[in-house]
Amino acid sequence: MGSSMTGSVKEKVIAIIAEQAVLDPSDVKMDSTLESLGIDSLGLVESIFAIEEAFDISVPFNANEPTQSDFDISSVAAIVRAVEGLVAQKG
Amino acid sequence: MKRVVITGAGTINALAHDVPGTLEAFREGRCGISDLDIRDKDRLSIQIGGQVHNWDPEAHFNRQQIVLYDKFTQFTLLAAREAVTQSGLNFDGHLGYETGVVLGTAGGGVNTWDENYRAVYEEGKNRVHPFVVPKLMNNAAASHLSMEFNLKGPSFSVATACASSNHAMGMAFHMIRSGMVQAMLTGGSESMLCFGGIKAWEGLRVMSKDACRPFSLNRNGMVQGEGAAVFVFEEYEHAKQRGAEILAEVAGFAMTSDAADIVMPSKQGAARAISGALRDARISGDKVGYINAHGTGTAANDKTECAAVADVFGPHADRLMISSTKSMHGHLIGGTGAVELLACIMALRDGVIAPTIGYEEPDPECALDVVPNTAREARVDVVLSNAFAFGGLNAVLALRRL
Repeated sequence: MGSSMTGSVKEKVIAIIAEQAVLDPSDVKMDSTLESLGIDSLGLVESIFAIEEAFDISVPFNANEPTQSDFDISSVAAIVRAVEGLVAQKG
Repeated sequence: MKRVVITGAGTINALAHDVPGTLEAFREGRCGISDLDIRDKDRLSIQIGGQVHNWDPEAHFNRQQIVLYDKFTQFTLLAAREAVTQSGLNFDGHLGYETGVVLGTAGGGVNTWDENYRAVYEEGKNRVHPFVVPKLMNNAAASHLSMEFNLKGPSFSVATACASSNHAMGMAFHMIRSGMVQAMLTGGSESMLCFGGIKAWEGLRVMSKDACRPFSLNRNGMVQGEGAAVFVFEEYEHAKQRGAEILAEVAGFAMTSDAADIVMPSKQGAARAISGALRDARISGDKVGYINAHGTGTAANDKTECAAVADVFGPHADRLMISSTKSMHGHLIGGTGAVELLACIMALRDGVIAPTIGYEEPDPECALDVVPNTAREARVDVVLSNAFAFGGLNAVLALRRL
């Protein structure tokens, strides 16, 4: 149950990021950074909105201090972990 | 070309309901940003704003007027009454034909939209009040000013997001300078502090949850405000002949478009507007003593604006003062440049520079004299007022002491 849940979070997050970057999901690697995928600050805000809608969660993110929020956006893997955490908190 | 002077000023904003109170707050570095008092606040993640408190429309308008006046129109009328009274002008005769109104607002009657969408969508009503359209339209405030003061010259409203007021005042300046009119009522108004107005801004994730701290390293976004400021712009000889008290001369104006990004600011676009205003005023950069910054408190604006100022002024950038009064009254969006022009007039007339309050930590990317936290006495002869809007539309005014 736990692993399939994790798998689905990962797949959904990758699908959202791939759509934003106009890439095939297979081209979005776990160690990719958003910058390397060509996603700028507006694209990031849009991705976070899509993530919130997809998982019915609230992501603590302020575009003025992207590195200071509790939501780690340093790589795709970090974003997946952060979303898993927020989904788990929701219960 | 005619010269243009300011002979009246009026305002209502989070700091005060008039000009003297606002200038006193500027001098004291007082913060007008407070907990919001609006419907459905519990569903907002942003809980603060530069809200006008103790606003009692019944004290200023009768029932028939209130039915037609959205809050942004009410604010405009109050500010205009103060400005016209100070100017001493009477528009009942021929002057009424040679005077118009040009006002900035980004959203117009946002509260009216909000209340009536609520009625039809949330409450399921199938009928709205007959005056919804004339109440919410962007030009409502300009039209009601024309009616209240008998202004029959060219009148319209300008919507360029956060630069609306500066574009409006720039237009008024051009119209008097060209000889098209003798005087103009100009400035701007905004009243967006309602559930829908704040929810829309939340979406961008550029809003601060605690304070507006322009230029401070730990700044974390903008804070919305509301209110209005209105000025009487008048042809110089006309003002001189009648012995009017002149608050300042409007010496130059420039506007540019970044043609780049719908939200991210551009250093080049801002710099071209600043240097353009100086060129238009035929004033050399080293004469500028103070700049009222756009200074929104976002990461992007403040560093871009400082870089633009450094580019335009070179070494003189380190000698001039630049402050953002948005730290006190919040960002009035389409009305913001008008309220901020009051700080420019105060600098020229009273020799007091309004501070940037909430300043806590220097940012190496904003390494200018931002007049942190405390107002300063200084004699300045030329000041600028910057406005850089979403959509990359920039408008800068240059004012001079006469």
